[in-house]
Amino acid sequence: MRQPLSDEKGEMKSLHMLEVKDIHKSYGSCEVLKGISFTVDKEETKVIIGTSGTGKSTLLKCINQIDPPDKGEVWLEGEELTNPSVDLNRIRQKIGFVFQDFNLFNHLTALQNVSIGLEKVKKVDKEKAREKAMKELRSVGLEKQARQYPAQLSGGQKQRVGIARALAMDPAIILFDEPTSALDPELIGDVLDVMKNLAGKVAMLIVTHEMGFARNVADEIIFMEGGKIIESGSPEQMFNNANKERTRQFLGKIATLYGKE
Amino acid sequence: MILLGINNLLNNLPFLFEGLGITIVLTLISVALATLFGILLAMGRCYARQPLPFIIYIYEKIFRGLPLLVIFFLIYFGLSQQGIHIKAFYAAVIGLVLHSTAYQIQIFRSAIHAVPEGQKTAAMSLGMSKLKTIYYIIMPQVLRFSIPGWSNEFTILLKDSSIAFSIGVVELMARGDAINSMNPDGILYVLLFIAFLYFILVFSINRGLNYLEKRYRISGYAATSVR
Amino acid sequence: MQSLPKLLEGVPVTLLLTFVAISAGFAIGLLLALGRVYGKKVISYSCIVYLEIFRGTPLLVQLFIIYYGLPAVGIIFSPITAALIGLSLNSGAYQAEYLRGSIQAIPSSQMIAGRTLGMTRFQSIRTIILPQALRISIPAWSNELIYLLKYTSIVVYIQVRDLTFQAKDIAAQSSRYLETFLVVALIYLLFTFIFSEIVDRVEKHVRIPGIGLSQTIVKRNA
Repeated sequence: MRQPLSDEKGEMKSLHMLEVKDIHKSYGSCEVLKGISFTVDKEETKVIIGTSGTGKSTLLKCINQIDPPDKGEVWLEGEELTNPSVDLNRIRQKIGFVFQDFNLFNHLTALQNVSIGLEKVKKVDKEKAREKAMKELRSVGLEKQARQYPAQLSGGQKQRVGIARALAMDPAIILFDEPTSALDPELIGDVLDVMKNLAGKVAMLIVTHEMGFARNVADEIIFMEGGKIIESGSPEQMFNNANKERTRQFLGKIATLYGKE
Repeated sequence: MILLGINNLLNNLPFLFEGLGITIVLTLISVALATLFGILLAMGRCYARQPLPFIIYIYEKIFRGLPLLVIFFLIYFGLSQQGIHIKAFYAAVIGLVLHSTAYQIQIFRSAIHAVPEGQKTAAMSLGMSKLKTIYYIIMPQVLRFSIPGWSNEFTILLKDSSIAFSIGVVELMARGDAINSMNPDGILYVLLFIAFLYFILVFSINRGLNYLEKRYRISGYAATSVR
Repeated sequence: MQSLPKLLEGVPVTLLLTFVAISAGFAIGLLLALGRVYGKKVISYSCIVYLEIFRGTPLLVQLFIIYYGLPAVGIIFSPITAALIGLSLNSGAYQAEYLRGSIQAIPSSQMIAGRTLGMTRFQSIRTIILPQALRISIPAWSNELIYLLKYTSIVVYIQVRDLTFQAKDIAAQSSRYLETFLVVALIYLLFTFIFSEIVDRVEKHVRIPGIGLSQTIVKRNA
C-alpha cells in the first residue's frame, strides 16, 4: 500500500508521484488533447504509443509546463504544477526532458552541457558539478567525448548526452519525447540500451514508436489516439490480449511491421 | 610642381596623425556605446513586452532613414539654438551612436533569431529562468553569429566618423579639409594619404575580427541563415 | 517656413543623385560581381582591388579626391559631375558585394543544367542565373537605395546644392537650425518611406515562389 503524500496542512494531495488529471489542450480551434488522465509512480516506466499527431508530444510539454494545458491539473510529488503561483524553475529541476531533436547547447562541450544545469540552476560548486557530469557521461558511455562539441557528435551520441544532461539533475521523473525518431537506424540501439538501463532506477514517461522497447521495458503501455487514451495496460496484456479492437488493430499492424521482437 | 605637392603632405604629417588619433578615439568610443545599446535594444525588441518593442522599432525606422549629417546638425546646432551647448566631439559621439545603434539592433536581432528555438526550450526544461537562459545559452551563441555583421558595421562607423568634420571635430578628414583651405598645393597627395590611412584602419579591423571569428568559432557549427 | 520653396529646390538634386548613382552603381556592381565570380584570375583580382579600395575608404574622402584632388593632374569636374561619379563608383562597390552573394547563392547545379542544354556560359548567366540572383538581391538593393539617399547629403562639401545644402544655407542665415533640420529630417524620412513602399510593390510583382532567401543578406537594412 502506498503512503499518501500530504502537505503541511495534512490534506491528502496525491497518491502517486506524477498525476495528470483531465488535461485539455487546443491550438486555435483544433483540440489536440481531449481529457487525458493517468499516473506514474516512482521508478515506473510508462510508454505512450499512438499514431503521429495525436498530441503525444504536446502532452509531455503540458506536463513540464513549457506549453501549459488549457484545462486540467498536473501534480508532481504532491505539488500542483498547473497552479500559477508555483515556481516553475524549481519544479522543472525535478523533471528531466529528452528531446527528439536533442537540443544540446551548441556552444558548450558535452561535459559542459551536462554540468551547466548543476552549476547555474542548482548552484553546485564547479568542481563537484564537473565530477558529477563526468559520472553521468560515463554511465551513458561517452566519457571519451566529454570535450567535444555537439556538432562533432553523431546523432546517437548527442541523444545520450541529452539523457546524461537530464540525469545529472537527479530528477524525480524523465520525460522522453520520441528520443530515437531523429536517429539513423543503426544508432537507435545505443540510445535504447541506455534507456533500458535506467528502467527501475528513475521514473520514465516515454513517447516512442519503438515497439520492441515498449514490450520489453515498459511497466505499462498507454495507447493514445485522437487526443484521448484508448486503452492502457501491461505489455503482456496490450500486445496479446487487448480489450479494444482499435488497440489490437494498431499493435497488430506494428507487430507485422517490426516483426515480433 | 610635383615636388611642391609632396612638401605639403610631408609638412603636415604630424598634423594629420593627430587627426588620425582623434578619428580612432571617436570611432572606438562610438562603437563601444553603439554595440552596448544595440545588444540591449535588440533583446528588448525580442524579449520585452509591448510597447517597448514597438518603440524600438520606431527608433530604428527613424534613425536608419536620416542622413548622419542631418543628425549631427540637429544635435550640435539645433540644440545649441535651444540653449543646450554640447561640445562638438561629444555631439559627434551621440550622433554616431544614435545612428549606428539603429543598424546594430538589426544585426543582433538577426543573430538572436538564428539561434534555434529548441535551445531555449532545453534550457527552460532544466529549470533555468528566462534571464539565465538568455545569459548562459542564447547570448553566447548570438555573439558568435553577429561577428560578421558587426565587424562590417564597425568599419562603416569608422568611415562615417569622417562626417564629424561637419560639426567641427578636428579628426582626420577635417584636417585634410583644413589643409585644402590653407594651401591647396598638391592636395591630391594629402588626400590620397588620408585615404591610405583610412584604408589601413579598415584593413586592420577586418583582419582583427577575422581572427576573432576563427578563434571563437565552434567547430562544425555555423549559423544557417545569418549574413 | 517661408523658406520652404528654397528648401525644396534641393530635392530634385538629391533625387537625381540618388537615382543616377543607384543605376550606374548597379551596372558597375553587376560587372564587378560577374567579374569576380566568373572572370579569370586577372579580372577577378582587379575587381577585388577596386572593391577593397572603394569599400575601405570613406565616401567623403573619395569625393574630395575626385573634386579637389584631381585638378592637380588636370582632371576637373563640375561639382555635380564629381558627385555623380563618386557616388556611382562607391555604390558600385557595395552593390557588387551583395550581387556576388546572390549569384553565389544560386546552386551551381543551375549553371550545369544550362550548359547541359547547350547554352554558352554567357547565355546561362543571362537567362538562368541573373533572373534568380536579381530577385534574391531585392532586399539588399532596397537597402542600398535608402543608403544612397542618405549619403547624397555629403555632397554638400563639394559644393553641390542638394537638399542638405539648401538647408544649411537657410539655417545659417536665419539661425533656425532646429526647425530647418527637423523639416529636412521629415523630408528624408518621407522619401525613405516612399522608396520602401515602391520596392515592396516591385518585389511582390516579380516574385516567383521558391526564389528568395528567408533571411536577408545583412549589410545594412533600411
